[in-house]
Amino acid sequence: MKKYEKVIEKLILISAMIATISVALITVFIFQSGISVIADYGVINFIFGTEWSPGSGIYGIFPLIAGTLSVTLGSLIIGIPTGIACAIFLSEILPKKFSKYFKSAIELLAGIPSVVYGFFGLVVLVPAIRTYIVPIFQKFNPNVAPTGFSILAGAIILAIMILPTIVSISENAIAAVPIEYKEASLALGANKRETILKIIIPAAKSGIISSIILGMGRAIGETMAVLLITGNMAKVPSSILDPVATLTGTIAMEMSYAPPSHQKALFAVGIVLFVIIMLLNVIAQLSVKGLGGKRN
Amino acid sequence: MKIKNIIFYAILGILALLTLATLILIVGYLLINGLPHINMEFLTQDPKMMGKEGGIFTIIVGTIYVTLVAIIISTPIGIAAAVYYTEYAKEGIIVQIIRFFTEILAGIPSVIFGLFGFAFFVVFLGMGWSVISGGLTLAIMILPTLIRATEESLKTVPMSYREGSLSLGATKWQTIVKVIIPCCKNGILTGMILGIGRAIGETAAVMLTVGGALKLPTSLFDSTRTMSVHLYMLSSEGLSQEKTFATGALLIIIVLIINTTANFISSRLGGNNGN
Repeated sequence: MKKYEKVIEKLILISAMIATISVALITVFIFQSGISVIADYGVINFIFGTEWSPGSGIYGIFPLIAGTLSVTLGSLIIGIPTGIACAIFLSEILPKKFSKYFKSAIELLAGIPSVVYGFFGLVVLVPAIRTYIVPIFQKFNPNVAPTGFSILAGAIILAIMILPTIVSISENAIAAVPIEYKEASLALGANKRETILKIIIPAAKSGIISSIILGMGRAIGETMAVLLITGNMAKVPSSILDPVATLTGTIAMEMSYAPPSHQKALFAVGIVLFVIIMLLNVIAQLSVKGLGGKRN
Repeated sequence: MKIKNIIFYAILGILALLTLATLILIVGYLLINGLPHINMEFLTQDPKMMGKEGGIFTIIVGTIYVTLVAIIISTPIGIAAAVYYTEYAKEGIIVQIIRFFTEILAGIPSVIFGLFGFAFFVVFLGMGWSVISGGLTLAIMILPTLIRATEESLKTVPMSYREGSLSLGATKWQTIVKVIIPCCKNGILTGMILGIGRAIGETAAVMLTVGGALKLPTSLFDSTRTMSVHLYMLSSEGLSQEKTFATGALLIIIVLIINTTANFISSRLGGNNGN
C-alpha cells in the first residue's frame, strides 16, 4: 500500500512539473530552430533590417516589428480608456444586479475565437473603412492606401479583443479598494466623480497597470484576427491606413509554404516575439505581486 | 461643477454601452447572416471543391478528434498538478517556480505554440501534420486553464473533510480520490469545458500542427482540419460567403453554449460555498 502511494506521489509531482517542462521545451525548440538565422545575420541586421523578402533570402524584420507595434499601440489607445471606463462604470455606477449581467456579457466577448473576430473585421470593418474613412483621408492625401486593410482595422479589432482583459482585471482592482477610502473621501465633502478620479483610481493603479500590460501581451501575440485584416504587407507604415504585416501574422501565413531556410527565418521571428512576450509576462507577474504586497 | 459631473458620467456610460453594443453587433451580425445557411445538409455532408460546396461533416469530426485528444491528455495532468499544489506541496521556492512557469505558459501566444508543435511533434518526433500533433500541442496550451480551475475548487474543500477522512484511517491518496476530488467535480468540469472551448476556438497553433486536409481522419496520424482553421481558410480565400458565414455562426454558437455551461456549473459551485 505504502509503496504504490509513493509511486503516485512521484507521478503527481511530475504532472505538476509538466507546465514548467513545457515552457523549457518550447524555449529550447524555438531557439534551436531559429537562432542560426539571427547568428548568421547579426542581431542588429536582423532586427533593424528594413527589407523582408524571403523569396530572395533577405530577412530584415523591422517592418514586422513596426507592424506589430503600430497595431498594438493603436489598440491600446482605443482599448485603455474604454476598458477603464467600463471597469469604473461596472464597479462604481451600475447597480450590482445589472453589473453581474454586464460582466458575463464581457466574459462572452473573451470567449469568442480570434478567427471569428478576424472574419467579422474582414466582412464588416475593412469595407466600412474603405467606404467611409478612406475618402476623408483622400481629401488630404490622394495617395493614401485605398483597400481598408490597415493598421486602423487591426487596431480596432484588437481593441475589442483586449477589452475583456482590461475590464475584468481593472474591475477587480477597483473593487478591492477598501470602502473606508471612499467613505473618507465622501465625508470630507468630495463628490462621487472626485472620489473616483482622485481616490479610487490612484488606489487601484497597480491593478489597472497590470491589466494594461496583460492586454498588451494579448495584442502582440494575437494572430488570426490580425492576419485577416491588416493586409500583410511587410513595409514600414507611414499612415494608419497603410497595410502592415505583423510578427505573428507573418509566421502563421508563411509557415505553411516556406522552404526550410525560410522556415528557419520564421522561427527566428518567433524568437523575437517570444522574448517580447516573456518580458511583458514577467513584468505583469511582478506588478501583480507588487499589488498584493501593497494591499496587505 | 454640475456640468463636469454630467460630462464625466456621460463619457463613462457611452463607453460602457459602446462595449456592450460591439458584442451584440458581432454576435448578432454573424448569427443573422450565418444561421439561415446552417441546415442538415451543411452539417452532414462532406465538403466539396475545397469547402466551396457541400457541408463540413469531416471538419466537425476533425474538430472533435483534435479536441478530444487534447482534453484526454490534459485533464489528468491538470488535476494531478492542482492536487500537488493544494495537497502535497509546502509553500516554498519550488512551488513558486512551478506556479510562475504555469502563469508564463498561459501567456505564451498561440502562434508560438504552433511553431513549437511543428518543430517538436511534427518534425522532431516525426508525427507529421496530424490529429495527435495538434492534440498534444493543444493539451499543453489548455493545461494552465485546467490547473487553475481545479486548484480554485480544491481550495474550497473544507479542511475538516480531510481530517475526517484521515482520522477514519484512510490514507492520503484514498482521501484525495474518494473525498476531495468528488467534492471538486464541478470545478474540474468547469476547467474541462473552458479548455474544450479554447481548443475549439484555437486556430494558429492548430494550423501549424494539424495541417488542413479535408478528408475524414481515420487514424491519430492523419491530417485533418478544425472548424476554426476552416473558417480561416474560407475567409482568406474568399471561396464562398455562405459557407463562411455558416461556419462562423456555428463556431460562435458552440462557443457560446460551452461558455454558458461553464458559467452555469461554476456558479452552482459558488452557491455550494455560500458565496
